[in-house]
Amino acid sequence: MNNVNFLLCGVGGQGTILASDVLTQVGVQAGYDAKKAEVHGMAQRGGSVTSHVRWAEKVYSPLIAKGEVDVLVAFEKLEALRHIEFLRPGGTVVVNDHEIIPITVTSGGAEYPDDEHIRAVLAEVTGDVRWVDGMTIAEELGNVRAANVVLLGALSSLLDVPESIWLEVIEKRVPARYVELNRSAFRRGREAIVSG
Amino acid sequence: MKVLLSANEAVARGGWEAGVEVASAYPGTPSTEILESFARYPDVYAEWATNEKVAMDVAIGAAYAGRRALTCMKHVGLNVAADAFFYASMTGLEAGLVFVSADDPQMHSSQNEQDNRHYAKFARVPCLEPSDSQEAKELVGVALEISEQFDTPVLLRLTTRLCHTDTLVELGERVTKPPTVEKYPRNPAKYVMVPGNARKKHPIIEERIRQLAEFAETFPHNRIEWGQRDLGIVTCGVAYQYAKEVFPEASVLRLGMTYPLPRQMVRDFAAQVERLVVLEELDPFLEEEIRLMGVEVYSGPEPYEGGKSIFPACGELDPGVVRQAAITAGLLPPSAAAPVPQLEKRELPARPPVLCPGCPHRSVFVELRRSKLPIQGDIGCYTLGLLPPLSSIHTCGCMGAGIGVAHGADVAGDEERHVAVIGDSTFFHTGMPALLNVVYNRGKSITVIMDNRITAMTGHQDNPSTGKTLQGQETVKIDFEPLVRALGVEEVHVVDAYDVKAVRDAFKACRQHDGPSVLITRRECALLPEVRRTWLPLRIDPEKCVACWTCIRTGCPALRKSEEIFEKTGRQKAEIDPLLCTGCELCAQLCPNGAILFRDQMGE
Ligand SMILES: Cc1ncc(C[n+]2csc(CCOP(=O)(O)OP(=O)(O)O)c2C)c(N)n1
Repeated sequence: MNNVNFLLCGVGGQGTILASDVLTQVGVQAGYDAKKAEVHGMAQRGGSVTSHVRWAEKVYSPLIAKGEVDVLVAFEKLEALRHIEFLRPGGTVVVNDHEIIPITVTSGGAEYPDDEHIRAVLAEVTGDVRWVDGMTIAEELGNVRAANVVLLGALSSLLDVPESIWLEVIEKRVPARYVELNRSAFRRGREAIVSG
Repeated sequence: MKVLLSANEAVARGGWEAGVEVASAYPGTPSTEILESFARYPDVYAEWATNEKVAMDVAIGAAYAGRRALTCMKHVGLNVAADAFFYASMTGLEAGLVFVSADDPQMHSSQNEQDNRHYAKFARVPCLEPSDSQEAKELVGVALEISEQFDTPVLLRLTTRLCHTDTLVELGERVTKPPTVEKYPRNPAKYVMVPGNARKKHPIIEERIRQLAEFAETFPHNRIEWGQRDLGIVTCGVAYQYAKEVFPEASVLRLGMTYPLPRQMVRDFAAQVERLVVLEELDPFLEEEIRLMGVEVYSGPEPYEGGKSIFPACGELDPGVVRQAAITAGLLPPSAAAPVPQLEKRELPARPPVLCPGCPHRSVFVELRRSKLPIQGDIGCYTLGLLPPLSSIHTCGCMGAGIGVAHGADVAGDEERHVAVIGDSTFFHTGMPALLNVVYNRGKSITVIMDNRITAMTGHQDNPSTGKTLQGQETVKIDFEPLVRALGVEEVHVVDAYDVKAVRDAFKACRQHDGPSVLITRRECALLPEVRRTWLPLRIDPEKCVACWTCIRTGCPALRKSEEIFEKTGRQKAEIDPLLCTGCELCAQLCPNGAILFRDQMGE
């Protein structure tokens, strides 16, 4: 079994907490010791949110140091850029191709970085960047809120854990009426990476 | 069975398993989930108290009545409860009593990062600190045993990182005991702390802490993990995890009880390692205790000049911070740090927390901003009125402070009219005595009670204005108008916070009144489930928009600049994000050109 350090980042309200809960539980069911630390400030909505998830035979620190993340899962592009220093050089980035414009851009003077800049900086750290169109896929499935599970599906295709474990954990974690939606979202995400 | 639990959930579980019957608390990040989680277990009583002092008195009362009891709070809550904390140390109790303090290194959601271990020493109360959720669960039961054995309340100290980290926990069964007393005690020598009784008590609590220090020597949660002997690390809490991660070879003395210290154990450990270092978050609490014992602590290449050695006293630790500090102190070679690439990164736009779309506090701040008066803030979602573009909070210290500060500036003879803003939960917490003080002392400050019918900031807890208890029972629904009238305020206005003109007129009337006044702005938090069901996104008619940005200057995240340009000025017109807008109509009321459609125009 390989030890894996994950950093999930996004914006409050995007479902990063559910995604990191699922990821941690999957680690446990795959036989790892696992820990999940949530880091968020005062915001109910709209602020940056990150979760550190670690899988190992024995996990000590709940937090991962900069430069030691194996897989960065970004639910939003600016957040990928903000947290890229955490990634170990050559690590993997799974990024949702989606923008959420912060208030400092709308009503302040700040500027949202352009795609070219984002891609260039990520490329400085790693050649392994997987873009996932999570929002479009979730929209096609009829609910943009399932984008987080699309991302989980994409992530799962890079890890050596049976699909059945993922699905079992997701089914337990989401309300019964959303099980089908999330199952489809997960599968679509899984294919999204395999095919591209 | 092992399950993933945060330390908050684990403390709740530990309390339940160990037979806690009564828990009372006031919410506060990072502690809030303890009581929310405890309240869901069967056969327990759990309540939201109006503040931490009241909550602690309630827990103490239950323990006097022979039932195991618990209270929990964020670190600054212990300042509010400090008076109770000290008398409980003096009286002792009849059944186990645990006070949980959740400290917040890094101030993720607080105004300071005080280290509450000092309170333990201050009041001669033992302090326990877990390193993960499993230990957090166990230590609740252990704390209750210690409490009963030594006739003392016990402080269980958590930190944000533990509170908000899920780790595996082995679950157990609930074990309950009958009340330890048959009848509520009538024992004034023990429980009535008049000077005559208290003087007899003081030597007893000094003796108690001496006995606890002896107990600490064999306490199983204080333990040595031997490794190589060139480096010995004394550590506690989550810092233990960083010690194991960063110094896997070192010998570690990890303390589950950080006050009082097992002095002999520390001495023996120190004697068997070449260099002794202390790895703890925030203050040099252990370090100073150990130095006072005359034990040498390694402080790096420079001579020790007091304070904390090697590791920073400010902010939260993590493996990166610990490693870097260890390299600087010569404990690790420079190659120990992971290379962090220097990236050509532009400055990124921040994502500060903001008042949500539809937040009823927004209209009040738009009005206060117009007034240009000095505004004394308080703690809650409305503190965010501080940020641009609203920029209308000028002080904020702690819960309940604003009304007193406004009155102080007023009686000091400051020419401007002073205004205090306060939320419903905060008004109950510590605002009421402050308002009474304004009235009694003939002040004339204006108090705005922003009544969103919930304790919003900490995640929607019930309070005396909501009509529900923590365990879901129906209860009284306190109305602020008769309440503040009973406190002696004659000039009282109650308005709908979504009605801009009503807010404006009422505020004007308060300013014209020569005496204390209260403006109650009422409207449910837009995120409450029943309000969410009524959300209806509005739209801007681009033909009518003149790009004046009045709407954007409300700071509502649902408003943004569109691609479309207003020819005359060349400025971008405004548009509404339908995914975010709740339809509160604040912007529609403010729009000078009628460009924003109201709800009933949306069908057109
Ligand atoms: C002494 C203390 N206890 C608890 C807290 C945590 N806390 C911050 S704001 C808040 C309540 C805010 O509720 P309310 O006054 O109703 O304002 P709202 O957030 O709903 O606008 C609490 C409990 C604190 N900061 N200080």
